[in-house]
Amino acid sequence: MYVAVKGGERAIAAAHQLLAEERRGDPAVPELSIAQIEQQMSLAVDRVMSEGALYDRDLAALAIKQARGDLVEAIFLIRAYRTTLPRLGYTLPIDTGRMAMRRRISATFKDVPGGQVLGPTFDYTHRLLDFTLAAEGANVSPPQQPSINNPAPIPPMPRVTDILAAEGILAPEVDIDAGDTIADLTREPLAFPADRDARLQALARADEGFLLGLGYSTQRGYGRSHPFAGEIRMGAVSVEIQPEELPFPIDIGEVELTECQMINQFKGTAETPPQFTRGYGLAFCQGERKAMAMALVDRSLRAAELGETADSPAQDAEFVLCHCDNLEASGFVQHLKLPHYVDFQAELGTLRTLRAERREAAE
Amino acid sequence: MREAGIKDDEIVRCRDGSPLSPAQAARRRWLAVLARASLAELEAIRGAIEGVIGDHAPPRLLRQPEIGMTMLRGRMGGTGQVFNFSEITMTRCTLQLADGRLGCAYMSGRKKNEARLAALIDALLQDPDHGERLIALAIDPLSAEQAARARQRVDKSAPTKVEFFTLVRGENPA
Repeated sequence: MYVAVKGGERAIAAAHQLLAEERRGDPAVPELSIAQIEQQMSLAVDRVMSEGALYDRDLAALAIKQARGDLVEAIFLIRAYRTTLPRLGYTLPIDTGRMAMRRRISATFKDVPGGQVLGPTFDYTHRLLDFTLAAEGANVSPPQQPSINNPAPIPPMPRVTDILAAEGILAPEVDIDAGDTIADLTREPLAFPADRDARLQALARADEGFLLGLGYSTQRGYGRSHPFAGEIRMGAVSVEIQPEELPFPIDIGEVELTECQMINQFKGTAETPPQFTRGYGLAFCQGERKAMAMALVDRSLRAAELGETADSPAQDAEFVLCHCDNLEASGFVQHLKLPHYVDFQAELGTLRTLRAERREAAE
Repeated sequence: MREAGIKDDEIVRCRDGSPLSPAQAARRRWLAVLARASLAELEAIRGAIEGVIGDHAPPRLLRQPEIGMTMLRGRMGGTGQVFNFSEITMTRCTLQLADGRLGCAYMSGRKKNEARLAALIDALLQDPDHGERLIALAIDPLSAEQAARARQRVDKSAPTKVEFFTLVRGENPA
């Protein structure tokens, strides 16, 4: 138990001053701008937006600067800030089939209709340190990709899973009109058993490292589900809302997203022939590792629904969803360093009594 | 032509299920263009419009520019049941011209000045006399530029299109 303490104001203020000084680092080194972080630490920004559960690049970049690059701390700052903003409504469901794609790959079909586009990826790099990036002052600009002047509109691109589902070989994802019953963790806390809508929302803001480890555990045999990356696509999707004062929906801009469609081991019942099952992952911008891990864990959490025995950690919704949020986890772990003097005194007293009793008994 | 990822008008429906009227489709289009415009671009559009219609009485703000969030919704597997994915910052503003025309702006991000200007432009574009001319003058060029920008971003990835080959194990047939 934590008991409130008083005092220490001067020390705390001084500690915060020291923190600000350390954040700035050596004044001889130029200070980072928000725009530099937003542009050149873009994958850190992506992660802070996904796990901070708020899409706003400038805010995420500011949080990273303030948190000295500690992304979990930056996520905390974003979650705290979002509580100060009013909720103005819900968007219409985004249509990832109309994504302006900058990357699209499939591990299941090499000749996927529309083709595979690698886009800006670390895949197939040699992971050798590039010392030209450290050539200070040399100002080496990367070669610009030739720009093609293509006036044609961006065509919608069918998903690999849509093609398989049309054949009936993959379980379909059908829009059942859930109306106002769609779970929203920002309004109602998580309750168990949690439906897939609540689970996906929790996974979308979950810690990438935690989901990555859990997803990995399913591949190593703890709740095996034989996944294939059916399709990963990344690009911009337009966001639409239905405003109160207009009779028609309007477009308010774009978000960049990565969507991962995992195709998993099949099963059939007496009524339905065997078909592949699915896991779904969605993350802001280029959060590809996160989207893949989320898809693996989404699928493993569907164990009960698909009639599988759920005996592994990644299949246990309560275990996964109660521990996947790094804000909650870091808060509870880190509260241990706050003063617990009264609590500890009580334990110390008990222990001293027990030891004294034992000593007396021995004499 | 689809601009900057905006949905084709044919598949968009009003709240009551009816298709959009030409006037509604036109307004939907310019609102999408304004939502993607920079402050400088919006200033230029206002300048171009006022060059045609001359001075107008200052609008009355019905809703001050307001920053908030909207909950972005996705679909399971891309096509299935709706779920709440994550929030996105959004700014909105509503105003009224002296003749009663209402202008509104909804745009992603925290952009109070942009929202106020976009709401004014939305009201001014609903001009019964000069509407079409104003759209051709102020919206069409920016719309084309936005479409080209979106296209260019996608086209940057075109040289990374990949052809994978599977190799046959063992001896290849002669």
